[in-house]
Amino acid sequence: MLSKEEVLHIAKLARLELTEDETHKMQKDLSAILGYFDLLKKAKVPKVSKAKHSNILKNVGIKKVTRVDKAMPQVASLANNLVASAPDKQDNYVKVKSIL
Amino acid sequence: MSLIDLTITELHEGFKKKQFTSTEVTKAYLEHIKAIDPKIGAYLLVTEELALGQAEAADKIIATQENFPMLMGVPCSIKDAILVEGQKATSASKILENYFAPYDATVITKLKKQGAVILGKTNLDEFAMGASTENSAYKVSKNPHDLTRVAGGSSGGSAASVSAKSAVFSLGSDTGGSIRLPASFCGVVGLKPTYGAVSRSGLMALASSLDQIGPFAKTVEDCKIIFQAISGNDALDATSADYNFKDSVINLKGLKIGIPKEYFAKGLDPEVEKIINHTTEKAKEAGAKIIPISLPNLQYAVATYYITLTSEASSNLARYDGIKYGFSKEAENLSQVYTKTRGEGFGSEPKRRIMLGTYSLSSGYYDAYYKKAQQVRELIKQDFSKAFKKVDVIFSPVAPSPAFKVGEKASDPLAMYLVDIYTVSVNLAGIPAISLPAGKIGGLPIGLQIIGNHFEENKVLAVAELMEKML
Repeated sequence: MLSKEEVLHIAKLARLELTEDETHKMQKDLSAILGYFDLLKKAKVPKVSKAKHSNILKNVGIKKVTRVDKAMPQVASLANNLVASAPDKQDNYVKVKSIL
Repeated sequence: MSLIDLTITELHEGFKKKQFTSTEVTKAYLEHIKAIDPKIGAYLLVTEELALGQAEAADKIIATQENFPMLMGVPCSIKDAILVEGQKATSASKILENYFAPYDATVITKLKKQGAVILGKTNLDEFAMGASTENSAYKVSKNPHDLTRVAGGSSGGSAASVSAKSAVFSLGSDTGGSIRLPASFCGVVGLKPTYGAVSRSGLMALASSLDQIGPFAKTVEDCKIIFQAISGNDALDATSADYNFKDSVINLKGLKIGIPKEYFAKGLDPEVEKIINHTTEKAKEAGAKIIPISLPNLQYAVATYYITLTSEASSNLARYDGIKYGFSKEAENLSQVYTKTRGEGFGSEPKRRIMLGTYSLSSGYYDAYYKKAQQVRELIKQDFSKAFKKVDVIFSPVAPSPAFKVGEKASDPLAMYLVDIYTVSVNLAGIPAISLPAGKIGGLPIGLQIIGNHFEENKVLAVAELMEKML
């Protein structure tokens, strides 16, 4: 079973605060699911250096196209709508706590 | 026959002949929703004002023009993970409880262009993570065929709304079966298109290499009309393909139908197997060739899928951090704003999947989990490529059983994941598949899954239409 420390380490990487109960349940659930994932150990893939890494776009045949680096005209309301969605804002800017 | 029984094609004819107006049809739906939805729980939000406005606008066009688009004046419902400008979009999460969509998803722009009427936003598992809608932060959508059972998920509200005659059609999304499974459980038609066939701009991302938007409808023909309306290239989605759907006529005579033996092994309800075998018999009688095939890596599909999905989801859901939108928790510093917002805003399934994905991608585990899963994904894709050299389409069950009871699997996440066994490999390979009502067990619908090769929706839909007539 995953230790409490392991769960808390992953939670820290994922920026998630977990309660004591959640941490305990996570130990149990993650261990069961990761145990199931171990099934893949049985799967025979070509030697690592040669094994193909799946690429969905290539598989389906979609060409990767980078769009021209030019501003696309948008209606003025879009920017307002986007800023309006932020929980904390000031003068049409999204407000964030200081980082340093 | 009441107005809410009519299909898209029948409504279109009726509008043309001035037998009724879109406003009358829309009002009939709104009344029906008021009467029945408190029991079913398909809708998170009914957009009455928007719907009546759109219906009135459609009626003006219908009154003055001889020809108008197929979806003109037709009322539909939309999964709450898809943005409709100015309307709430929660994805059934508390973290987006007060979020209003700042723009329309491309599929919504296309529906609006055709003149469709939007009745409301439908329930789902939080961020489309689940197979029953029991993971919704707001409510469980019940199965209209038996209110003690689930509607399936994650697009359960969409499937239930069409099944309960609370919408003519619906749009959902399918990452690992989220259209096909609820379609099977609720007895409606649901299409998961080829990866890239429909733009995903404006769909809240779950797993970007798997997600695809698709329709729910009463009939295969309706499904085709909607798919035609929403598919095609979009500059706002870099993964959208340059694809124009062309309808085709297909005869069952001589058609090669593959039956993968691995899909009929341990774990499949014998009653479901009987119904699927019956459909195969019918196709055979009509002249189709039934060809046994093997998809040997099916056994790895669920593990491969959940490693890929959780990894991508852990990255995609990083955007919900209390800064740009939605719920935000007051805290002393920025880092605590993130952790507390996410800790309080996400429900238990998103948390579980974010944790699993973060683990699979973390230093020391990446090779054993994420990288291995991508290699096995390639094997699964090759299985299908080989199969489609021999057959035109593949028949299989959608789910191992009919709709299960509310609460039956809610406390066992792994048991819930295994419900996806027959649907996830289609997403891993990026190919299209439809769920077609094929029979019932004790009043509960069972879906037949018809799988096609990349961008062969024409074949899948044509075969489904022929099977629909015989079942």
